[in-house]
Amino acid sequence: MAVPRFWREIPNRYNLVGARCGNCNKVLFPPRYICPHCRRMGKLEPYRLKRRGKVLTYTVVHAAANGFEDQAPYVLAIVELEDGPRLTAQVTDCNTDEIKIGDEVEIVFRRMGEDGQDGVIYYGFKARRV
Amino acid sequence: MRDVAIIGVGLTKFGELWDVSFRQMMMEAGARAIEDAGIDGKQIDAMYVGNMSSGQFIRQEHISSIVADHAGLVPIPSTRVEGACASGGLALRQAVIAVASGIHDIIVAGGIEKMTDVLTGQATGALATAADQEWEVFVGATFPGLYALMARRHMYEFGTTEEQMAMVAVKNHHNACFNTCAQYKTEITVEDVLKSPPVTSPIKLLDCSPITDGAACVILAPAEKARKFTDTPIMVAGTGQASDTIALHGRSSLTSLRATIEAARTAYKIAGVKPDDIDLVEVHDCFTIAEIMAIEDLGFCKKGEGGKMTEQGETVIGGRIPVNTSGGLKGKGHPVGATGIAQAVEIVQQLRGEAGKRQSDGAEIGLTHNVGGSGGTAVVHVLRRGD
Repeated sequence: MAVPRFWREIPNRYNLVGARCGNCNKVLFPPRYICPHCRRMGKLEPYRLKRRGKVLTYTVVHAAANGFEDQAPYVLAIVELEDGPRLTAQVTDCNTDEIKIGDEVEIVFRRMGEDGQDGVIYYGFKARRV
Repeated sequence: MRDVAIIGVGLTKFGELWDVSFRQMMMEAGARAIEDAGIDGKQIDAMYVGNMSSGQFIRQEHISSIVADHAGLVPIPSTRVEGACASGGLALRQAVIAVASGIHDIIVAGGIEKMTDVLTGQATGALATAADQEWEVFVGATFPGLYALMARRHMYEFGTTEEQMAMVAVKNHHNACFNTCAQYKTEITVEDVLKSPPVTSPIKLLDCSPITDGAACVILAPAEKARKFTDTPIMVAGTGQASDTIALHGRSSLTSLRATIEAARTAYKIAGVKPDDIDLVEVHDCFTIAEIMAIEDLGFCKKGEGGKMTEQGETVIGGRIPVNTSGGLKGKGHPVGATGIAQAVEIVQQLRGEAGKRQSDGAEIGLTHNVGGSGGTAVVHVLRRGD
């Protein structure tokens, strides 16, 4: 992949910047360009989300996604953030038998992988139990 | 709008077909359907082909031209339709709409996927492109992973068990044993499923549908002309399609597919039927939890009771509502773009009474349910005997 594919998402992935609609006040993450609730009446502005949330569901991934082989088995979860939006994230620093639904987590900055041996190293977020 | 009938069906064998190419598979399914319909190629007005990802699986796009070309049917209009694993169902729907509108009369609706020309890792990577690349796959999600997230939540909310999920696989393997086209004609036990290697807990290897080569085809005609070709036309009584967020985390419910509920609502309304009127169904069991959620979302039991309904034997051949008599995606195989068409082939064979040892007696109305991705697309068709 060309490098811009990674750097254009940097504010969102590093700093958890999504959007808030000035019309309905809903917070949106991952970022969107039109408010799905208000559509053209929406007024989206960048919004930095709070990093706390809780686990709604999880799985232990044994058959890893391409590029994640060296991390298997790893925990993957859907987290509901305090601001409302949900996101999918790996749960890091966690034994595979420790995780449960309802666990409180915070979203932390982590190295995610690399685009092949000569490609860009890319970063994003994972969740960590608190 | 005109009523639409299915007048012919054809299927290839499903499996790891090393010696058969994409082109050969599509011609085989197409020729069988045309022969079954008793039509001449010259009568065909147009074709729609469901295919998810020929670009990634065989490094060939623009297959609409290839299929028309190899069928000797140029210059008829030929269109590829893509909606991930729902591509076949969407191709059928586009063909139904085209006949209903009056713009075409006789249409071929095909579906195909050639998945074994790439290594397994490349194939699962190709399938993962039906999920949200930027916000699911980027963080390490896989398709079994996304369905495992639904399964875990379903277990938490409703008490669904791994044994109940395993029973879906056991039933579908059993049904597949009576289907000559099926990939897995082998019986398995609940214990086999529970002891199979973990993929993405609670999903284990035998909870997953396989990687499959295969093609399927149906021929559509306006209902008023159908009897010229066949004594047993099968009417397309209803069609429904719906969308949802690409990412699972974007949805308010993690235990039902809104796209399924909406597509079914439309299809039932057009057909003028209720879930109770349906005699048998082919649902999208890409993973065992998907069948449990599907029978709930389609209205065959209350939300959360799909596991219990399976455990009580209501979904076996001869049960209250047989589910996946063909073997489903789990037993028959899941060549993604072909699946939606293959489901219609099974229902047509059942309604005609031609399903042999897996025949569901007295079936008059059947339903097909085809899902793309983790539920970003769903398409439902209600089929009914024409007499």
